[in-house]
Amino acid sequence: MATRIHPLLILMTIVVYIFLIGPLIIIFGASVSDTTFLAFPPQGLTLHWFENIWEISAFRRTIVTSFQVALLGTAMALLIGIPAAYALNRHRIQLPGWLSTLFVLPILIPEIVIGFSLLRSINVGLGVPVFFALLIGHTLLVLPYVIRVISASLASFDFSIEEAAISLGSRPVKTFFTIVLPNVRSGILAAFILAFITSINDVSVSLFLTGPGISTLPIQILAHVEQFFDPTIASVSVLLMMLTIIVMIIVERTLGLTAVTK
Amino acid sequence: MTLPLSIDQITAHYGTTKVLEDLSLTVGDGELVSLLGASGCGKTTTLRLVAGFLQPTSGAIRLGDKDLTRLPAHGRDIGLVFQNYALFPHLSVKNNVAFGLKQRKLASGERDKRALEMLDRVGLAHLADRLPGELSGGQKQRVALARALVIEPPLLMFDEPLSNLDAKLRVDMRVEIRQLQRANGTTALYVTHDQEEAFSISDRVAIMNSGRIMQLDTPETLYQRPANKFVAHFVGFENLIDLQVTARDGEMVHAQTHDGGKITLSQERLGAIPDAFVLATRPDGLVVTNDASATGLPATLGMRTYLGRAYQYQCQTGAGQLIANGSLATPFESGAQVTLVPNPDQCAILQPE
Ligand SMILES: Nc1ncnc2c1ncn2[C@@H]1O[C@H](COP(=O)(O)OP(=O)(O)O)[C@@H](O)[C@H]1O
Ligand SMILES: [Mg+2]
Repeated sequence: MATRIHPLLILMTIVVYIFLIGPLIIIFGASVSDTTFLAFPPQGLTLHWFENIWEISAFRRTIVTSFQVALLGTAMALLIGIPAAYALNRHRIQLPGWLSTLFVLPILIPEIVIGFSLLRSINVGLGVPVFFALLIGHTLLVLPYVIRVISASLASFDFSIEEAAISLGSRPVKTFFTIVLPNVRSGILAAFILAFITSINDVSVSLFLTGPGISTLPIQILAHVEQFFDPTIASVSVLLMMLTIIVMIIVERTLGLTAVTK
Repeated sequence: MTLPLSIDQITAHYGTTKVLEDLSLTVGDGELVSLLGASGCGKTTTLRLVAGFLQPTSGAIRLGDKDLTRLPAHGRDIGLVFQNYALFPHLSVKNNVAFGLKQRKLASGERDKRALEMLDRVGLAHLADRLPGELSGGQKQRVALARALVIEPPLLMFDEPLSNLDAKLRVDMRVEIRQLQRANGTTALYVTHDQEEAFSISDRVAIMNSGRIMQLDTPETLYQRPANKFVAHFVGFENLIDLQVTARDGEMVHAQTHDGGKITLSQERLGAIPDAFVLATRPDGLVVTNDASATGLPATLGMRTYLGRAYQYQCQTGAGQLIANGSLATPFESGAQVTLVPNPDQCAILQPE
C-alpha cells in the first residue's frame, strides 16, 4: 500500500507556498495595474510604471549607482577575499582556529551597527567622498560571504595538486593562477552572485553612507515610498527580482546550480 | 641524467615540535631507497624537505654536487608521485603529463609528442584526451607516474603511491614502478608503511622511528641481522630475551636469563656473541618441546591460536611473555609445562640497550 501523505502536511505546504509566492504575485500584479495607487488584483494592464522608473531621474541615477557599487564592491571583496580564503585554508594547520572565525564575524554584527561605525570612521572621520565610502561599506559588507563561500570551495581542494605543479617547475604565483583558481571557479562564481545580490539589496549599511546626490536603489525606494504610493515601487521591485532570476538562470545554464550550492 | 641524493644531518621542526632529528641518508646513483615506518614517524616530512616544501632547521641536502637546501621547490627538478595522485582535475590526461614540459618552455608539438610517448610506456595512450576524474585509481597513478617521469628528473620521489589501490593492483603497480625506475636508471626515494612493499621494491630500506633512521640496509640484512631491538621487533623478531654468558666451550656458548633459564647457542650460525646480549627470535624460532632433557627456557603455555601452518602459543616464562609456534602434529594443551629451545635459523643477536 502506498503511503498516504497526511492532509495536514499538504495544507502546511500550501500555506508555506502562499506565504512565499503570494507577495511576489501581488507585487507583479500591482506593477502592471493601470491605477495611480498600488492595486491588486490589477485593474487594466499597462507598462507605464516600468517606463516611469526611467522617467524619474532619481531612480535612473540610483540604479546606475547601485550597479556600480555592487560590481566594484564585489570585485574588491573578491580581490581581498580570494587570497585571504586561500591563505586561511592553505595554512589551516599552522594558523589558530579563531582566525577564520574572525573573518566571518561581521556576519554576526548587525549591519546597522556596521553602517553607523563606518559613517563615523570613514565618512565623517576621514572625510572620504560619499561614493567611495559607499564602496568601502559594501566591500566590507560582502567580504565575509566571499571568504565563507570560497573557503568552503577550497576546503575540498587538495593542496598536494599545487605542490605537484610546483615540483614540475611552475612558480608558486603562477601555480595559483593556473592550477588553484581554475579548480575553485564555481566557488568564486557562487561568491560573486551571493555578494552581488547582497550588495544590490542592502539597506542598512547604505542608509548611513549615502549622501547628497548619491544614493542606492533600495534607499531611493524607501525615499519614494515616503512620498508616493504609486505602482512604480512595484515595478522597481519586479525589476530587481527579474535581475536576480536572470543571474540565477545564467549560472544554471553555464555551470548548473549544483556547482554553486556544492 | 641521474644523480645521487645525500641528506646530511637534517633536523626539522613544525613550529616548536621537532619532527626529524639529525637524519642522514644517501641514495646512490640509480638506487631505490625506501623509508619505512609507522604513520607519523616523519617519512613525508623527509620527502617534503627534499622537495623544498619545508625548510630544515639545520643540515644540508645535496643532489649530485648541487646544494638543494636553499633552492626554491620549483627549481629543484624532482619528480614527485603522491598517495592521492594529485592530478590536475581540469586538465586532460595528456596535458597533465605535458605540464612539466610546458614549464620547461618546450614547443607544444614536441610537448604532445613526448607526453604521448610517455603515456604509451605506462599503457594509457588511448586515454590521452580523458579528464582525470574519468580514470580508475590505478590509471590515475600511472598518469601521475608518467607526469613525473616525462621531465626526466634526476630524482624521483614517491609518497605511499600505492596506499589507495586495492591489494592485487598494488603488487602489479610496484613491479611496474620498479621496472620503469630501473629502465630509466633514476635515483629514487620511496615512502611506504608496508614492509612487504618496501622490501620487494628497494635496493635498500631505511627503517624509521620517531624522526630517526633506526637502520639503513638491504632488505636481506634487515630481515636477518637487525641492528637493534626496534628494527628486530619491526621485522618480526617478537621475542627479545636478555641473556648473560655463563660459559664458553669452543664455538658453543652457554647463557642464562636473570631467573636462571638456560640456553645454548652456536657462534657458527649466529656470529660472535658478547658476554651480555639480547637474543631476538621470531615465533618460529622457538621450538616448543616437552622433552625434559632439552636445554631451554621452562615455560607454561597460555592461549593457543591456530595459524593454518602451525599453532601459536602465548608462553609464560621467567624472562616474560614469549610467543612460540608449535607444529600441528603435536599440539599442546593450555597450561602444559614445556621447554622453549631456540632455533638459530630464526634468531639474531643484539647488543643490550
Ligand atoms: N603541517 C604540520 N604541522 C604540524 N605537525 C605536522 C605537520 N605535518 C606533520 N606533522 C607531524 O609531524 C610528524 C611526522 O609527520 P609525517 O612526516 O607526515 O609522518 P609520516 O609521513 O611518516 O606518516 C607527525 O607527528 C605529524 O603529526
Ligand atoms: Mg605520510
